[in-house]
Amino acid sequence: MATTQVVRSEWTKIRSVASTVWTLSLAAVVTVALGMLISLLSRNEWDSMSTRDQLFFDPTYTSFAGMSLGQLAMIVFGVLVVSNEYSTGMIRTSLAAVPQRGTFLFGKIAVATGLAFAVGLATSFLAFFVGQTTLGEHSASIGDEGVLRAVIGGGLYMTLIAVFSMAVATMLRGPMLSLGILMPFFFLISGILAAVSATEKIGRFLPDQAGNKIMQVVPPVDDDTPYGPWGGLGIMVLWVVAALLGAYAVIKKRDA
Amino acid sequence: MIEAVGLTKRYGAKTAVYNLSFQVRPGAVTGFLGPNGSGKSTTMRMILGLDNPTAGQVTIGGHPYRRLPNAPRQVGALLDAKAVHGGRHARNHLLSLAQLSGIPARRVDEVLGVVGLQEVAKKRSKGFSLGMGQRLGIAAALLGDPQVLLFDEPINGLDPEGILWVRNLMKALAAEGRTVFVSSHLMSEMAVTADHLIVIGRGQLLADMNIRDFISANSADFARVRTPDSEPQQREKLTSALTEAGGQVLPEQDGALRVMGLPLPRISDLAHDADVRLWELSPHQASLEEAYMRMTQGAVDYRSTSDQRAGLQQELPPGAMPPVQVPVPGQGQPGWYAPPPPQQGGQPFAMPQGQPAGPYGAPAAPGGPGEPNPYAQAAPAPHAAPDMTKPEDAR
Amino acid sequence: MIEVEGLTKRYGAKLAVDRLTFRVRPGIVTGFLGPNGAGKSTTMRMMLGLDRPTAGDVRIDGRRYENLQDPLKYIGALLDAKGVHGGRSAFHHLLCLAQSNGIPKSRVHEVLHAVGLTAVARRKAKGFSLGMGQRLGIAGALLGDPRILMFDEPVNGLDPEGIHWIRNLMKSLAAQGRTVFVSSHLMSEMALTADHLVVIGQGRLLADTSMADFIQHNSHSYVRIRTPQPERLLDVLDEAGIKAFRAGGGTLEVDGGKAERIGELAAEHRIVLHELSPQQASLEEAFMRLTAGSVEYHAQGGTPPTGWKKG
Repeated sequence: MATTQVVRSEWTKIRSVASTVWTLSLAAVVTVALGMLISLLSRNEWDSMSTRDQLFFDPTYTSFAGMSLGQLAMIVFGVLVVSNEYSTGMIRTSLAAVPQRGTFLFGKIAVATGLAFAVGLATSFLAFFVGQTTLGEHSASIGDEGVLRAVIGGGLYMTLIAVFSMAVATMLRGPMLSLGILMPFFFLISGILAAVSATEKIGRFLPDQAGNKIMQVVPPVDDDTPYGPWGGLGIMVLWVVAALLGAYAVIKKRDA
Repeated sequence: MIEAVGLTKRYGAKTAVYNLSFQVRPGAVTGFLGPNGSGKSTTMRMILGLDNPTAGQVTIGGHPYRRLPNAPRQVGALLDAKAVHGGRHARNHLLSLAQLSGIPARRVDEVLGVVGLQEVAKKRSKGFSLGMGQRLGIAAALLGDPQVLLFDEPINGLDPEGILWVRNLMKALAAEGRTVFVSSHLMSEMAVTADHLIVIGRGQLLADMNIRDFISANSADFARVRTPDSEPQQREKLTSALTEAGGQVLPEQDGALRVMGLPLPRISDLAHDADVRLWELSPHQASLEEAYMRMTQGAVDYRSTSDQRAGLQQELPPGAMPPVQVPVPGQGQPGWYAPPPPQQGGQPFAMPQGQPAGPYGAPAAPGGPGEPNPYAQAAPAPHAAPDMTKPEDAR
Repeated sequence: MIEVEGLTKRYGAKLAVDRLTFRVRPGIVTGFLGPNGAGKSTTMRMMLGLDRPTAGDVRIDGRRYENLQDPLKYIGALLDAKGVHGGRSAFHHLLCLAQSNGIPKSRVHEVLHAVGLTAVARRKAKGFSLGMGQRLGIAGALLGDPRILMFDEPVNGLDPEGIHWIRNLMKSLAAQGRTVFVSSHLMSEMALTADHLVVIGQGRLLADTSMADFIQHNSHSYVRIRTPQPERLLDVLDEAGIKAFRAGGGTLEVDGGKAERIGELAAEHRIVLHELSPQQASLEEAFMRLTAGSVEYHAQGGTPPTGWKKG
């Protein structure tokens, strides 16, 4: 009973603020548009690509190229859903209404996750079809082996990024601090670790790189990643679960 | 001395302040009252040259604020406690203000001492409570040792000790011959602080008079009379004797009587003649609040109504008593101020000598003269002029 | 009924609340007073389960806050006007609170109407003035029609009409048999509203008494008398062992609250009284006397030093 009440309440909360609309639509638009742009570039550059590159060309993954930027909007969405409560003082009103803090936290995260998944999945499918149409003769079909998995995986990836951000924001409270940690984490550190050969192997176990694997249909050349697509997503889920446990422990104990 | 002549301010189609003329004299604390949205803040801002009047003008010591030579040394103002850069130390904030107007740094430490902030002078004002922010704002107002001081809601967020301190500070400043102009929503506070009142409603002047006169003009004095608690028949005897003599008698909650229309010695004589012993016979003046509410009727923006609770009728918490339908005293209901409407017929504040008809000559607010007791109306007045929402409200 | 038992809260080395024990009873308005930093807000937050006590506990109608099913139906609180997301409309703010406690939507419209915000219900809360925000917070407190209500500085930012309204609202809620607990810094306001007082200073309980007792115990009260026969009255009072003083303007003053006795004596001796009024010091005065030792920021005397002058 109480859980459905909290879910209804959180749904009202999330749909009644403007930030939900603009972060999610930004995530969708950026992902689709950038994917389309990269697909267009790939098609135009096709003839100048090496045979090796042509052989290992992954049309599905190419259409998801926009996710590297689109995920940032997802992070902002996840952070704002939680930290708005803290920055506005709403958290005290909310916790007075729902003193069962676990129910409150997971009700909120469940609603935001559902919404992120719906938008993420739609974005993923849209990015795929738009990308494939742009790629023309080099495109993949949704019926090809592994493609549907990659497209659904794209939606899951965006959702998990949002959930991870919510959990981190719960621990850190303030939106500035949360974004200040999450943005560089996904945008810089992950990239830096991947670029340096000594740390490359560590970088693979970061949530974004591990989760990315699900969107690949054609594995890159010399792929020695020790996990498959679902294994990668599993690693990402472990990160998310760990962050959620941390968030739960913190909100249980902390003074509001 | 602050002098406004025909001061008018329009924001687009909205008239926030209309043809306001008044003087704020030195040597007294002048209270500035009015409902939300009546144009108080706009007027204050125009006095300080922050907003330009659409018409008319306001001068301080004969000059418009912007043409005052070294204005910070002549006028000090507390407008909004939050007008401080949050990342700056309290002392540095004051120091930067002091340097702007050539005030020595020594004076900064002096005013910090005056407002009791010397211990937190090196703290960033971000961590300040509302009350501490208010004290910092007052320190800034005092910085230039000005002859004219303006305070907008100065006791907001202060604790009782702070409230007492601000009150005494304002009185002391006035006693030194300075001009002190203070706005507040707290009538009970105003009543013990101000000597003179300027009241506006919907941007127009409603009253400009001494506080005593204001109260007498807008309300009825009365006497509180108590007879021995153990003998209710004495009380009844006195009630009929007083009523016969032309007085109006209302019962108070604690068993005393509220008597209007008869002077105290007369009540005493009547009691004597009726052989009624008195346990109390004390003169009372209606509160400033009552007088104010009467005057500004109809110039109010957000009205409250009674709580119907219809949506909850079926959902009482377990073990709870059904809610007793006592109406929440609200606008337009009988018994707004006074004891339950008595035999006289629901006019707790009916005035024996009839309504003093608009002694200020100002265009009276709707529900003024002509309707003897606005509070006794049966139906709530229609939602008053939403277009009078002041721009500040919408920020 | 709110029961506070041995409530203690420690922040690091600072003891914010120190073994508080008191009860807030239904049917009356109980005022909660204390200087800044006395621990009022911390206590109120612990009552709502927002802060965890270091020791002791709070019971709401016999239960701990976190064990209340749909707590808004038991206790409604106005903590501070800022407990609202500025980007959300007043209506949606109340709706999400209502839904979390299974309160019907029609009730949201009702409380909006009750606090006079119907016209701006769809406006975003960040455009609200302090007073409007306060009304929204009060609407939230009334939402579940709770038996217990708690208000922290409710008149902050309200205009006189609003102040009047909230005062009468609190009184009528108490008259309906509800428990009303209200903190305020405005003694003059409190004197008009509260029946009972709980006073704390530096986290400790200083007083838990009725308003009348509080003022009587912490201040000087006297009776002022006017009579055309002052000499006779003085004699009569003197005989009865009551000390009277001549005050200015032809009045007499008698220490203490003996108005009834003086009235009886005057009647017995057929002395005409033109005034017989018990005078009491204000709540403010009484409060200042009690809390003199526990104030955090002291201002120096009333006048600004004139060590620096122009020229």
